[in-house]
Amino acid sequence: MSNKERHWEKTKGLMMLTLAIWFVFSIVIFMFGESLNNGSFLGYPLAYYMCAQGSIVIFVVLIFWFANRQEKIDEEFGFAERGEDE
Amino acid sequence: MAEKFINKKDFISNLPKIYGTYTGGFLIFIILMAIAEQAGMDAKTIGILFVAFTVAIYALIGWISRTVQVDAYYVAGRQVPTVFNGMATAADWMSGASFVAMAGGIYFGGYTYMAFLVGWTGGYVLVSSLMAPYLRKFGCYTVPDFIGTRYGGNGARFMAVVVLTLASFTYVTAQINATGTIASRALGIPFELGVWVGLVSILLCSMLGGMRAVTWTQVAQYIVLIIAYLIPVFWISNKNGFGFFPHLMLADEVARLNDLEATFGLVKNAAADIKAAGVPGGLKSISVPHSDVPAGGMAAWKFISLAICMMVGTASLPHILMRYFTTPSVKAARKSVAWSLFFIALLYTSAPMLATLSKISLLDPNLPTGLIGKPIAEIMQIEWVNAWINVKQAFIADFNGDGVLQLNEWFMRGDVVVLATPEVAGLPYVISGLVAAGGMAAAMSTADGLILAIANALSHDIYYKIVDPKADVRKRLLVARGLLIVIGAAGAYIASMRITSILGAVAWAFDFAMSGLFFPLVLGIWWKRATRAGAVAGMIAGLGSGTAYLIYVGPKFMAQTPWLGIDHLRFGIIGASVCLIVMVVVSLMTEEPDSATQKMVDEVRVPSGKTILGKAH
Repeated sequence: MSNKERHWEKTKGLMMLTLAIWFVFSIVIFMFGESLNNGSFLGYPLAYYMCAQGSIVIFVVLIFWFANRQEKIDEEFGFAERGEDE
Repeated sequence: MAEKFINKKDFISNLPKIYGTYTGGFLIFIILMAIAEQAGMDAKTIGILFVAFTVAIYALIGWISRTVQVDAYYVAGRQVPTVFNGMATAADWMSGASFVAMAGGIYFGGYTYMAFLVGWTGGYVLVSSLMAPYLRKFGCYTVPDFIGTRYGGNGARFMAVVVLTLASFTYVTAQINATGTIASRALGIPFELGVWVGLVSILLCSMLGGMRAVTWTQVAQYIVLIIAYLIPVFWISNKNGFGFFPHLMLADEVARLNDLEATFGLVKNAAADIKAAGVPGGLKSISVPHSDVPAGGMAAWKFISLAICMMVGTASLPHILMRYFTTPSVKAARKSVAWSLFFIALLYTSAPMLATLSKISLLDPNLPTGLIGKPIAEIMQIEWVNAWINVKQAFIADFNGDGVLQLNEWFMRGDVVVLATPEVAGLPYVISGLVAAGGMAAAMSTADGLILAIANALSHDIYYKIVDPKADVRKRLLVARGLLIVIGAAGAYIASMRITSILGAVAWAFDFAMSGLFFPLVLGIWWKRATRAGAVAGMIAGLGSGTAYLIYVGPKFMAQTPWLGIDHLRFGIIGASVCLIVMVVVSLMTEEPDSATQKMVDEVRVPSGKTILGKAH
């Protein structure tokens, strides 16, 4: 496998993992909203809390994490951009 | 001179200082207005000053950012730093509907409505992992520019422009509508005139500088709108002793609402009763629990399907995707998506809190502001109740004739939750003026992004790429600006006829975009085998089937029973599924894309190296 192909394999893996986490917190947990609401967080009913704040906060953290992981992958295979600061 | 100044590296490194000063100036303006109010300035003048002052600043920024260069006009010269692009995207994203209608939606719809919150934030995970970095590497000016180059041929490009225009235009009329409502209320002019005042303000920001001007005004608008949203939330929570930091401390109030619902009883009024009592259109009473999850699989599916439509739609909306074309690098585009969602989350996590505060203020009989259970004659004496009833934004219908207000007898328009809560909670008028300025900023920034997305696609993809590829820069930018005015005027004209209700139209834009654009974009990057014929067929079939289904179930059209609960807000599920199937089948039936195209896709997948399309194309 060429360098490019291995880079793409790892990139795909990260994409799958990111989307799996996204799927759990955007869709799966709300399939069980009724039973979820029996639990609580900070005193809020859990399903209510997840859609009011919980999932949103998880998405923010997830995207920052994803961006950092992808940067590491790009560096590992020598595909990181050079000379372009933020 | 301004041209030189803004292109310099100094400008970029001075950005934190520039916007810091701006934020300080705005806070001083709020304090001055508060002092003026104490000194006896009337409410109307304060409202006018708030809207006029902020709009004048946006116009000034728009004028300073004017440009005659193609890449500055289309992609802000690709030099917008991540954090600032995040703020600009957040303003681009949060529309009049988010600012004015979302808390009201939660107020009436409770948990069920909050599917929108999940959908409008979760979509950014798709944007960052599937789309933004690759489109940035591609180096396109517009979304159809990517479709047209990846698949080749004018057919694909043209279809992408059609989807973009349909989705964005549905959205933009709602935004111009919102600027009209706010302008008319703040300036005391008729709505029909307010719409045109709103449009002029919008065009002042974008006309001369295109994407560059829109970027820097959107950052300024974000700062105004987030201040305007957060101050009332924190103020009300602290004033009434609900908690110093409402986001973490309103659990007792949510539980209390649950008890109150049980005490008062949630009654859904019969349509005939509502009609007989003469309740004005668009006004609602509370009939859905605040935090309880409705029972059953169908309810869960409705929640999930709405969230899916909004998420996939987010990742297909061109006015959002094009914001990530403006960052200096691929890496910066990725980070910028994260910052965008961070800035969006500041407002979105506050909306449920505002809805809770507003609801408890009105419902709880133990609070001085509580209305339910009081004699109607007494309630009619309250100043703000009277004011909102007079403009048909609130209504009391004494169904059982006992002279006491029940929960199902109090009607209100959703927008009132944001616009009136400062008054209801007894905050000074300066806060209401601030909220008006925030709503105006939210609606203007989204309208600017949308109008620019349509005008850029028409001028770059239709005029320059298809009609007249030899046009010089001056002529291209002239056409782009002319289109901006034409599209804005068309949107304002439709808005002034008052034929759309804000939220229906906004959800449709997401469904249109996902029906026609999501899979052509994703597969263009992630599936080398996707062919031109497949993409064109997918776009036509997706958009066609989605639209047909909308007409079939739309309450204002054929109003047939939805299939599996997929109603007119969720028609994108049908459109996108059809698009995917048709695109895959047709792609596999046609010949594999040539090696040049495959190589291009390989190049898009690595961040380093040159963009596919040149700096000026």
